[in-house]
Amino acid sequence: MAQIFHRSANTLARVTIFGAVFAAGFVLWAIGGVVRSPYATDQGIEREQPVPFSHQHHVAGLGIDCRYCHTSVETSNFAGIPPTQTCMNCHSQIWTNAEMLEPVRASFATNKPIVWSRVHRLPDFVHFNHSIHVNKGIGCASCHGRIDKMALTYQASPLTMEWCLECHRAPEKFVRPRNEVFNMAYITEDQQSIGPKLVREYNIQKLTACSTCHY
Amino acid sequence: MLDEKEKKDEGPGVGELQQVSTHSPHPSSLVPVSSPVSLDLATFRKRIGSEYWRSLNELSREDFEQVVETEFPQGALALDRGVDRRDFVKLMGASMALGGLAACNRPAEKIVPYVRQPEGLIPGKPIFFASAMPISGYAHGVLVESHMGRPTKIEGNPDHPSSLGATNAFMQASILGLYDPDRSQVVRRLGEISTYSDFLAALQPELKAATSNGAALRILTQTITSPTLGAQIQQVLAQFPGAKWHQWEAAGGHNVREGLRLAFGGYANAVYHFDKADIVVSLDSDALDRGPGHLRHARDFSSRRKVRKGTTSINRLYAIESGPTGIGSIADHRLAVKPSEVAMYARGIAVGLGLVPGVMTEWTGALVRDLQKNRGASIVVVGDEQPPAVHALAMAINQALGNIGSTITITDPVEVAPVNQIDSLRQLVADMNAGAVRTLVMIGGNPVYDAPSDLAFVKAMDKVPFRAHLSPYYDETSMHVHWHIPETHYLESWSDARSHDGSISIIQPLIAPLYNGRSAHELFGALLGGMDQSPYDVVRDYWTAKAGPLNFNNTWRKWLNDGVIAGTALPARNAGGTPAVPGTTDNRQPTTSAYELRILPDPNVYDGRFANNGWLQELPKPQTKITWENVALISPKTAVAIGYGDKRRDELVNEKQTLIANIRYRGQTLRTPIWVVPGHADGTITMFLGYGRTRGGKLASPAEAHSMLAPELAPFHLAGLTMGVDLAPFRFADALHGGAGAEIELTTDGPYAVACTQEHQSLNVADVGEDRGIIRSATFAEYLVKPDFAKEHKREEEQSKESMYPGFEYKSHAWAMVIDTSVCTGCNGCVVACQSENNIPIVGKEQVVAEREMHWLRIDRYYRGDPENPEVFHQPVPCMQCETAPCEPVCPVGATSHSGEGLNDMTYNRCVGTRYCSNNCPYKVRRFNFFHYSDYETPALKAHRNPDVTVRTRGVMEKCTYCVQRINAAKINAEKDGPQGRRVRDGEVVTACQQACPTNAIVFGDMNDPTSLVASLKAEPTNYALLAELNTRPRTTYLGAIRNPNPEIK
Repeated sequence: MAQIFHRSANTLARVTIFGAVFAAGFVLWAIGGVVRSPYATDQGIEREQPVPFSHQHHVAGLGIDCRYCHTSVETSNFAGIPPTQTCMNCHSQIWTNAEMLEPVRASFATNKPIVWSRVHRLPDFVHFNHSIHVNKGIGCASCHGRIDKMALTYQASPLTMEWCLECHRAPEKFVRPRNEVFNMAYITEDQQSIGPKLVREYNIQKLTACSTCHY
Repeated sequence: MLDEKEKKDEGPGVGELQQVSTHSPHPSSLVPVSSPVSLDLATFRKRIGSEYWRSLNELSREDFEQVVETEFPQGALALDRGVDRRDFVKLMGASMALGGLAACNRPAEKIVPYVRQPEGLIPGKPIFFASAMPISGYAHGVLVESHMGRPTKIEGNPDHPSSLGATNAFMQASILGLYDPDRSQVVRRLGEISTYSDFLAALQPELKAATSNGAALRILTQTITSPTLGAQIQQVLAQFPGAKWHQWEAAGGHNVREGLRLAFGGYANAVYHFDKADIVVSLDSDALDRGPGHLRHARDFSSRRKVRKGTTSINRLYAIESGPTGIGSIADHRLAVKPSEVAMYARGIAVGLGLVPGVMTEWTGALVRDLQKNRGASIVVVGDEQPPAVHALAMAINQALGNIGSTITITDPVEVAPVNQIDSLRQLVADMNAGAVRTLVMIGGNPVYDAPSDLAFVKAMDKVPFRAHLSPYYDETSMHVHWHIPETHYLESWSDARSHDGSISIIQPLIAPLYNGRSAHELFGALLGGMDQSPYDVVRDYWTAKAGPLNFNNTWRKWLNDGVIAGTALPARNAGGTPAVPGTTDNRQPTTSAYELRILPDPNVYDGRFANNGWLQELPKPQTKITWENVALISPKTAVAIGYGDKRRDELVNEKQTLIANIRYRGQTLRTPIWVVPGHADGTITMFLGYGRTRGGKLASPAEAHSMLAPELAPFHLAGLTMGVDLAPFRFADALHGGAGAEIELTTDGPYAVACTQEHQSLNVADVGEDRGIIRSATFAEYLVKPDFAKEHKREEEQSKESMYPGFEYKSHAWAMVIDTSVCTGCNGCVVACQSENNIPIVGKEQVVAEREMHWLRIDRYYRGDPENPEVFHQPVPCMQCETAPCEPVCPVGATSHSGEGLNDMTYNRCVGTRYCSNNCPYKVRRFNFFHYSDYETPALKAHRNPDVTVRTRGVMEKCTYCVQRINAAKINAEKDGPQGRRVRDGEVVTACQQACPTNAIVFGDMNDPTSLVASLKAEPTNYALLAELNTRPRTTYLGAIRNPNPEIK
């Protein structure tokens, strides 16, 4: 009986069998890449906002402290989004007729809140507390990046669990003195010696139990 | 005709009673040694190896273990059809396709700040406000947790005399009641949607008519203790001379009220101080679980009950009652007697004290001697179902024992205008029938459903030309009125109320009315013509006038802050003098042949007002563990007598099915499922109010939900189109709580499925074939001799110090819990508190039948001794947080893991639903979301959830976390305190169950802190762990139950 398959089919079979391993590996690698990419994490994506608020202008240009608007960052899990009134503290005096600020004035006049697009969003099964991080010497910029250089706000970090754990496993690599927490431009050459010292001084724990964040 | 009836029923004279009490059954004769039921305790013990048992089936059924075992795998049968190749490919294909969808980008989310942020509000931080929940008119102080304006959790107010920080199931569940989407949301005129202003316009001519003929205006309310509301009603009565005010509340403490009047010649209020009592005698009362002040009673009672190192004496409790109650379940001596026989025991005590002539039994003699030894330090308390004469007699007994003025304070009545509510309602019905009522305004209540049926309330009411009803639900009464007005929840409107000792609380709202509700104050405002007055103004104006305007603002703010007005408890009164000894104690003849019917408010839905609350509906009832309906309770002996013995029951699925019986009473018949309860009185049938509703929400009345149910759920609920049985035919004005002359006849109808959780998540599966030492108890005398009795268990020796697991080091905290089984009454406060705190969903009756209820904390009930009157033990079982947890190593995805503080963390987002952990948990504390139980759709229900806890979805395992969200919050607080932070102090973390517990039975804390309370309890000799022989090293441990029987009584 004649062979059904040509001899070359053997090679084809080998390539297929071994190739499948690589193919599977490639698929896993690709999935791993996609879930870490900005496509999945929203990292670096600027959101359209009802008012094109510029942190660059307010923080770097005018030198307003983070806490002027994000009032509860040191006391609560939520840093706080400023109420319209906070905007109007200044904008009832300056740029009172700017077209760009019309939604703010309308909100204040009609008592209807401004609906912002959320930039940093954690899944509902993760509980993050701003106050403890700020109090233990984690700078705003460590997670939020150079907000003072963002004309429109975007998410600087991937906010993946892998990324959280980088610091939770080794806080000494990221901790800074408490008085530098709100300093956007803080840089140190000497993290290797400052870090462990601050970890001791602030009694910082390496919290990696699941229930630290998931409950 | 009624008069004739009363005469006929008049009880025997003193002489006759004497005779009766001579013949009164000796307790030992009530509990025959060889019961006719085929229950041989000795054989049973041999078979099981334990003297503790959980259900009658366990006693009677040889193959019990197999039955439990075969039923155990939750939903194992659901897959019996198997999956063929085609289905498999289909499912996989669909999963792949949908899986792709799920990975799409997250939808954009909006964030909405305030325009003007309220002062003092920190986004993300809850604020607590003091308020009070009125139950049957009486205030129960609460602290309400509010997240950004949304009330989410109820806690007890530690400063409030009725709460002292404790809460009951009703208070906890009231948060769900607030958001209940089934609450009435619109004003209705003859059932059609209308407006409040139309109602006011329609009311005007009625008021004009009432000005000339006030008698035509009638107001019907429930029990009222609110001083402001009382004043408003008085104003209405003054403005419309001749107008009358009637009060009616189905479970309103009628006999307590009348009994005190009988004793003191006028209405009074009795405040019990259980913390001062060495001896407590409960005569058919439920003093720790029901009625005004029950939380305080439980707290006070338990303070004298706890055995710690150095305790030299504890109190003693005698309970003589007809059915199982919370107080009876922790009694040292308990008798189960017919309701009518309770009076004879009261009489017997009176005989012993020389108050009345007669003879008493040996048992009563021992009790009396015990009382006499503790003069001025005892309490005799009577339940609401006993007739007034028994209450009066008990007061005379208390007086003779010197208790009044020491353990009992008699004060003026707390209610604004106490009346005999039955007479009040009867009068109203007579007037309506006579056509004398032109306008009827009903403030709350649901008389069409709960008025005694012989009064024919609806028929009479239908003759009234103008009827208005203020109520939270569009209920049975609302359907029969011209105008229905939605009523506000107590968290939505201003008011005030008094507590059991008279202390006044201002009820402050947490949120504006969600569903356009109006409060009683507004409606009375409308009657008075001051329509624009807000409830806030009404209440504040009343108190401004009372307290004087000087500095009132500060005073007012202090009242609101404290949740109670200091110094407003009613003073003890001297007037009234010695309580009179009533001539006869009972107008009911003790009977032997026919059955006695007992009608009680349901422990979960009360008189029906909580019937639409899913948390309460699904709550296993404290003593029977039945959910979602009411059944008629009978004793094992009665069951045999009607042909429902063990054999008959063994044909049914164990503790899940029953048969239907016909119960006849005064010519009426009801078909109801029956349930055999150990410790129930023979010849007595107990039935519960509050079910069989035809209106009032989708849960209260499945008929209303008919069109809304998913088709696969429908058949289960719609068996009879009502849930449970409406007792209306059995409710008569002259016998509100039932009476003699009932008959019961077993039918062959059935099997009827009952959602009873008694044998769910059972620890006692006899895979070890012997006693596992789950409950350990001793008498106080035994404890004094051998304090470490709980450690004596033979299973304890098998505990090994070695483990295959690497040891964990707990450097900082080691969270632990100790539960004192001596004082747990099984009241369920903790279960609902846990449900509220942790966003635990309800699953519905058919899922409960499938053993899929989601409560993280269950209360196991065990019996010991004769099934006719066994001892009862309650054991709350949360997650044990084992140090070497069997659940952890079997999880293939690492969704459950060990934390450095000893918690078994459950990470929902990792869980893929293998259920291996649950299978491997010897304590059966893990719960699985078989379906999408959490309601993600209903907008109103989104608001009530605790934002600090993840809402779980289908396919995810969950379990008790020791309220890790509270632990983390406390830790963060402590860490922020000072430059270095500090350790969490003892008492800073309070779990939800611990906070709710009226008896302080649950203690939580850091075991590594040697000064903590939990560490000291762990060192108690009575401390023991469940299934310690498995070497799981549970963090949750128990203190052995200690009872204090009278050595004179064998």
